[in-house]
Amino acid sequence: MTRKKRRLYTLIGAMVLLSAATALVIGAFRDNLVFFFSPTEVAEKGIEAGQRIRMGGLVEEDSVIRDADGLTVHFRLTDLSHTIMVTYRGILPSLFREGQGVIVQGQLDAPTHFIADEIMAKHDENYMPPEVAEALKKSGQWKGGNE
Amino acid sequence: MTNFKIFKYANPAKFLYLCEKTFIYLVLLTIIFLSFGLYQGFFNSPEDYQQGNLVRIMYVHVPSAWMALMIYSSIAIASCIYLINKHLLANIFCKSASLIGASFTLIAIVTGSIWGKPTWGTWWVWDARLTSVLILFFLFVGYMVLFDAFDDPTKGARAAGILVIVGFVFVPIIKFSVDILELRTLHQGASVSKLSAPSVHESMLWPLLVMALAYAAYFISLLLVRMRSAILAARVRSLRMMQAQRASRAAIVPERP
Repeated sequence: MTRKKRRLYTLIGAMVLLSAATALVIGAFRDNLVFFFSPTEVAEKGIEAGQRIRMGGLVEEDSVIRDADGLTVHFRLTDLSHTIMVTYRGILPSLFREGQGVIVQGQLDAPTHFIADEIMAKHDENYMPPEVAEALKKSGQWKGGNE
Repeated sequence: MTNFKIFKYANPAKFLYLCEKTFIYLVLLTIIFLSFGLYQGFFNSPEDYQQGNLVRIMYVHVPSAWMALMIYSSIAIASCIYLINKHLLANIFCKSASLIGASFTLIAIVTGSIWGKPTWGTWWVWDARLTSVLILFFLFVGYMVLFDAFDDPTKGARAAGILVIVGFVFVPIIKFSVDILELRTLHQGASVSKLSAPSVHESMLWPLLVMALAYAAYFISLLLVRMRSAILAARVRSLRMMQAQRASRAAIVPERP
């Protein structure tokens, strides 16, 4: 019984130390675990042109312009306090549209202009049939903000 | 700890009896839940307002990710019991559940990837959620390899048990990487297990939960089969050992004058 107790206490002690260590590591690396920056952070952190980053935000309403070649798009990416112009050439994901959250990967070529070589659409955690979405929008209870 | 009623079934013979009695019902439950859930999910539930029919991957993907986390946690708990109490059955549970857990993790990764390509526009990204689930898969695989890496099986079980308990720190990271840690990820936040009402519409939540029950019943039935054969294999091994001992004793004795 004493040996069993000793094993139990050793295990509990090890678990406590381990969780403390993990919490510290996550606290220290949080900035590096972030998958993307917001336009505000890009503006405030003074990220240099040419540095490869990912930036996430909403595609601003009425800001998408498609070039005549059919492949190049320009739009404004916003987090509602800062806005950065994005240019991208390539195939867009099917969820890409105005008001949608997207993540762009690429580099700045001017403080407020971003050249993207990859665009990912961020999907939100709401799942519902189209009729329900329609009804929610009509009744004014829509919280998604998209469209 | 020894006073828990559940340890009554920690006796392998009693456990085998319990297996025999419940196995058929578990298989029936699996068949019923799985056929009902798959029918509901694939044919009888609405399309999503954004994803259309792609949402149906959710019915396969989400429960397998839940199962992966659940199985890993239960292996960690059983490893604690094995390391403290040395219960043989806890050890057999760990060994039998690990392969099933690894398979569920792989299913979650592959189906998520298939969903991610059309929705996000990429098969794979190194964000906190996806990366931590991949690490979970490696933990499962490393666990199984370590378990069998020693000549002495009890040494292997002990080393693997310690690995799985150390790796347990990843479970809360995986679960909460998309919400509480504020690690911004490409993967969306939790829909079902959040504190406010789930943000999956009722018509889609039902098939999802039925699928989760189907996976759980499937896991337990598969687990019983694997544990049963592991118990019988252990018996065969000890019988062989006894036989070999007897044989060697018989071989030595006549040489003595």
